[in-house]
Amino acid sequence: MKQTVLYNQHISLSASMVDFAGFMMPVKYTSIIDEHLNVRKHCGLFDVSHMGQIKILGKDAKSFLQYLIANNVDKLRIGQVIYSPLLNETGGVVDDILIYMLNETEFLLVVNASNIEKDFTWIQTHLSSTYENVSIDNMSMNYSMIALQGPDSEKLMKKTGFELADLSYYEFKEIYYKDEKIIISRTGYTGEVGFEIILENSLAESFWIMLLNEGKEFNLKPVGLGARDSLRLEVCFPLYGHELQDDVLAIESGVSWAIDMNKESFIGREALVNTRSNYKLIAFEMVERGIPRAGYDVCQGDNSVGKVTSGSFLPSLKKNMGLALVRKEQTEIDSEIFINIRSKYVKAKIVKKPFLLPFNRRKN
Amino acid sequence: MSNIPEDLKYDKSHEWIKIEDGKALVGITDHAQTELTDIVFVELPEIGAEVKTGDVMLVIESVKVAADVYSPVNGKIVEVNEEVESTPELLNQDPYGKGWLVKIETDDSGETLLDAAGYRSSIE
Repeated sequence: MKQTVLYNQHISLSASMVDFAGFMMPVKYTSIIDEHLNVRKHCGLFDVSHMGQIKILGKDAKSFLQYLIANNVDKLRIGQVIYSPLLNETGGVVDDILIYMLNETEFLLVVNASNIEKDFTWIQTHLSSTYENVSIDNMSMNYSMIALQGPDSEKLMKKTGFELADLSYYEFKEIYYKDEKIIISRTGYTGEVGFEIILENSLAESFWIMLLNEGKEFNLKPVGLGARDSLRLEVCFPLYGHELQDDVLAIESGVSWAIDMNKESFIGREALVNTRSNYKLIAFEMVERGIPRAGYDVCQGDNSVGKVTSGSFLPSLKKNMGLALVRKEQTEIDSEIFINIRSKYVKAKIVKKPFLLPFNRRKN
Repeated sequence: MSNIPEDLKYDKSHEWIKIEDGKALVGITDHAQTELTDIVFVELPEIGAEVKTGDVMLVIESVKVAADVYSPVNGKIVEVNEEVESTPELLNQDPYGKGWLVKIETDDSGETLLDAAGYRSSIE
């Protein structure tokens, strides 16, 4: 079992630890619901060091990436981040990743913890002789990653002295902390304003402690994986292994916005063009009492029409809601569906996505 | 470290039991409530329901998971803790006190149940 550099911090904070992707990670410190609500109202601190970092370097790095990912690398400037699914040849999702452009010949990929080895092998395998001047480096064991999320996160970062006022959403800066370069980006997985920090392992503990101390005045609390999941689900961000899967067509999983079909060539493009899509990702709200969970059957009339991909009690909305991959027919908003919860058919209705607007789409 | 009161009996499936005057008071252990995380719903059984040892007696739903709670004895449900229906957090906050679940009328002596030490080694 692996541990992140912050393991002892979690233990000293009395976190309940669970195995996640081979890492002992905190699922909660006090209560999932309290931690979730605290992020929406104030700010929360997440250890996401289990995630992976892969560098792609060289003269041909950009053109290699353009072939590798479904989104358009030409949209990237130095200091910017882009989100993209990595597709396989059948149009399914290998992983969903972030790509940071450090300079013209250096890109940093941030990948899901459960897919680090798989993604690295995938990238290696597809690095054919077409791209001579490219090298790839799995940096996952060298770097830690911390996320600070919530409406008070900007005030906290300002207090710690980092100059980030000019940083826009999906941009990053390389900044010095204790004489070492760290990366701070305006990214996150909660739907709130926030930052993600990538830094060498040796710096992580002092950075975490520093933020927790400075953050006391802003009600900063540590947040575990339990609330990380309920937070992303409320804003309908997809999760690999749930909405995104190797054998589910990417355009059915709600990530079409991050796929640029105008690109001439990328892995999976042909499959997306040629494969008929019969399913669609819908959001639903329980009408009768019950909590939907991943894998539960979804029914309409006498027919099974698909499966729940994610479901939970959502703390901000105080409702049981979920996402499901279902047959495209009869999926209008307000349509009635039934979720098979432990052999009982429980009524639900299809609703608009997202359940809660992420910060960048809110009116205020 | 999980809280495991010495004066109670336990089942491997994480129920605690206190048998007094032919009635078994039952709840879930501190270990169980920690594993479940935030409990959001408890579906209590009907009063009068007959249960056998090992039957699924009720279901607890947390943010993360749904869990069956098993009857540790043979008998009849004579009382249920309605407070946990309106305030399911009681199971997290006070699993051995305010978070009790049911009272079962039973002839069982509870001899086959685990004591605190036995339960502790079963979860380690």
